Amino acid sequence: MSLLLPESGLLLWMLLAFGIVFAILAKYGFPVITQMVAKRKEYIDQSLQAAKTANEQLQRLQSEGDAILAKAREEQARILKEAKETGERIVSDAREKAQAEGNRMLHEVQAQIKEEKDEAIRDIRRQVAILSVNIAEKVIREKLDTNEKQMTMIERMLDEINNESCQ
Amino acid sequence: MRKILFILSLIGWWMSAMAQEKVDVGGIVIGHVEDSYEWHITTWNDTEVSIPLPVMVWSGATGFHCFSSSHLYPAGTEHEGLRIATEGRHKGKIVEGDVRPFDFSITKTVSGLLINCLLLLAIILTTARWYRHRQPNENAPRGFVGLIEMTVMMIEDDVIKPCVGPDYKRFSPYLLTAFFFILTNNLMGLVPIFPGGANVTGNIAVTLVLAVCTFVAVNLFGTREYWKEILWPEVPLMLKCPLPLMPLIELFGIFTKPFALTVRLFANILAGHFIILAITSIIFVTAAMGPAISGSMTVLSVAFSVFMNSLELLVAFIQSYVFTMLSAVFIGMSRAKSEGEQEHRE
Repeated sequence: MSLLLPESGLLLWMLLAFGIVFAILAKYGFPVITQMVAKRKEYIDQSLQAAKTANEQLQRLQSEGDAILAKAREEQARILKEAKETGERIVSDAREKAQAEGNRMLHEVQAQIKEEKDEAIRDIRRQVAILSVNIAEKVIREKLDTNEKQMTMIERMLDEINNESCQ
Repeated sequence: MRKILFILSLIGWWMSAMAQEKVDVGGIVIGHVEDSYEWHITTWNDTEVSIPLPVMVWSGATGFHCFSSSHLYPAGTEHEGLRIATEGRHKGKIVEGDVRPFDFSITKTVSGLLINCLLLLAIILTTARWYRHRQPNENAPRGFVGLIEMTVMMIEDDVIKPCVGPDYKRFSPYLLTAFFFILTNNLMGLVPIFPGGANVTGNIAVTLVLAVCTFVAVNLFGTREYWKEILWPEVPLMLKCPLPLMPLIELFGIFTKPFALTVRLFANILAGHFIILAITSIIFVTAAMGPAISGSMTVLSVAFSVFMNSLELLVAFIQSYVFTMLSAVFIGMSRAKSEGEQEHRE
């Protein structure tokens, strides 16, 4: 029966021992452990969050990089195309210019040729005139080597002039 | 395995050859689980080998006494007018004449209790000290500190948090202390040699104090809703108005809860000690029945002892877990909020 009856001395000791143990552990024991675990948990949560953000950032950077790359490719293509166009334009311009120049030169040459031809023709005409005058002089000189002939001639000429003036 | 069995039966054989007198199993068992003024270790050739413990007594008539308990043994020896009663109402306790003085001696249970408390403090404070120079971003502890941390967090996360409710932080040091206190004492009680083996949690005074602590925690921090549920529960008016039947039952319930806690822990641990001691005693009981029976029963007894000790390891944990859980549940119930408040909170 004594097993079922609490001893007052033991009650006292138990109260004292448990109270002291509780006081010490409640102050220096368990809160330290649980706080540390809570802090660690928080740290892990933060780390996870940070890792997630970093991952997202990385992904964003990657997609941004891809976008930049695509844009660069496009730009490259555009520049190449433009360069090609410019080149073509330059070539065609040059060609046109060359053609125009050629045409111009041709015209000039033609004009010059024409002028020279005209000159030549004029020259020839002059020569021909001089020649014909000379020839005519010679012919006339030969035909009119006698006085009678000269007189006949003068008379006929005067008749002709008279006829003309009468008319 | 076979060798072990052979050695065990040889021991039984030898015991039967040595057996001279009838063994008082009841006396052995009760003697081991009861409190005593000295820490008995063994009896060697009729010489008691035991550690004497300080006796501290205060009596109204002769004042304060403090001396070694070795003066009082063998039982009945009188010292400074005090002796250990050998019969009567105070059998096994110190009496002065026939009167029981106020006795706060360091008995076997008290010394076991103190040793276990020191052990518990050492364990938890070592663990807490581990964190002192560490940052939360360092590695989690391994080994012993890791084990303690894991156990602490298991109790806090799986028992205290769900049972107590939102303001569990306030009660968690007490509940954790209770858990580890009971667990340490239970486990130390299973160690058969000094400094273990004291039947601390199998003593009703110890469990009573623990239950009273829970009782205080429950009722001191009880909310208005909790007291309203007790004094004016929501039952038909007839059950509470002329004759306060339900309030009486509820009031009674306040006291049955810690009583149940007291008895559950005490009875479980005491029964475990009883069974292990009784099974061990089989060896000595059967020693007188001849070599064959003695040998085989020794083997059986050791096998049973191994089984029971394993079971008691489990019980040691379960009982501390159950005590903590029920305390947490009772505290949680006393923190009850009225439904309006709860909705407001949510």
